Amino acid sequence: MIESVENVLVGNGLIFGFAIVGAIMVIAYALSKYATRGLVHGSSIAILLGLVLAYIGGRLTGGENGLSDVSLFAGISLLGGGMMRDFAIVATAFGADFREIKRAGITGILALVLGILLSFTIGVVFALMFGYTDVVSLTTIGAGATTYIVGPVTGAAIGASSEVIAISIAAGLVKAILTMALTPFLGKYIGLDNPRSAMVFGGLLGTTSGVAGGLAALNPKLVPYGAVTATFYTGLGCLLGPSVLYMMMRLIFGG
Amino acid sequence: MVIYGVAILAVCMIVGMLFGEWLGIAIGVEANVGGVGIAMLLLIIVVDRLKMKNRLSEPTQLGLGFWNAMYIPIVVAMAANQNVVAAIDGGPLAIVTGIAVVIISFLAVPLVSRIGKGKSESIDEGGRPL
Repeated sequence: MIESVENVLVGNGLIFGFAIVGAIMVIAYALSKYATRGLVHGSSIAILLGLVLAYIGGRLTGGENGLSDVSLFAGISLLGGGMMRDFAIVATAFGADFREIKRAGITGILALVLGILLSFTIGVVFALMFGYTDVVSLTTIGAGATTYIVGPVTGAAIGASSEVIAISIAAGLVKAILTMALTPFLGKYIGLDNPRSAMVFGGLLGTTSGVAGGLAALNPKLVPYGAVTATFYTGLGCLLGPSVLYMMMRLIFGG
Repeated sequence: MVIYGVAILAVCMIVGMLFGEWLGIAIGVEANVGGVGIAMLLLIIVVDRLKMKNRLSEPTQLGLGFWNAMYIPIVVAMAANQNVVAAIDGGPLAIVTGIAVVIISFLAVPLVSRIGKGKSESIDEGGRPL
């Protein structure tokens, strides 16, 4: 009896995933309406619930993929995996205004370059404060402060230790998760209410999951503008990290 | 037909991803550079063209609109897939760095938006006869 239920749920993982996310949304919107009187938007609560479930899943299994490491919920990884995420992000462009993107295009590119330099510098400063002095570790942790992909890509290219690479991934993860969780609350204070600032936001923060998740909960109309710049960030970071940024670091710190 | 909308979306994504891969190879990076962004721009242009020619039927728009609306649920599923444990277990350096980066980047948003805005507005004013 129980076995047959498990078979059906695991065998139809993606479909069960739809049902789970549907249930999360119902709970989140009810919490939004009754517990916060509509003050906190339902989708931000849903994303927070998702993160909490990811934490519980990770603690229970010791795996790396949150809730989906619990075999019963493996379908969640199909629904929330990179392919579906990118497909849905592309779909948000349906309804975006090309003129707005063109008008803020240069600002968006500027924000991209500034964003990578800013995050990298902050990462390096904190690594210094925590006692790291060698150029390879500093560069890797700085790269991790851009995104959790740039960190390990850079670290592997310049020969960082696995401990430092782990820190760089964790820093990038903290950034992605905080961006998801904080954007809906802080967005209005930083003028995040028009396509231009959304493109700047995407370029400065750069974490695709964080930007896309955060803007979704703040105002879904802004998602395409934030995503269009953010999706270039990781690629650009992987280009600059092991090359230009590493060289600059060697010039500054020697070695 | 609904599938036309979904297929337009799919083709835009595949083409965009392909260009992203090529861009990555061209600049020597083992990553897809802006594939999703290119796909989005493609979709915007294709939809715009089709609308102008009145070739974007109601069902086709439904196919596009469905995936557009599925965005938030997919993001929730994505959140449930994050390695939150690793983020928290990464130690104080990772957490402090992450917090500082997010807060400082947030603070920079209005500043950077303003720089560009002033510039483009003055261009607009200069370019348009009033």
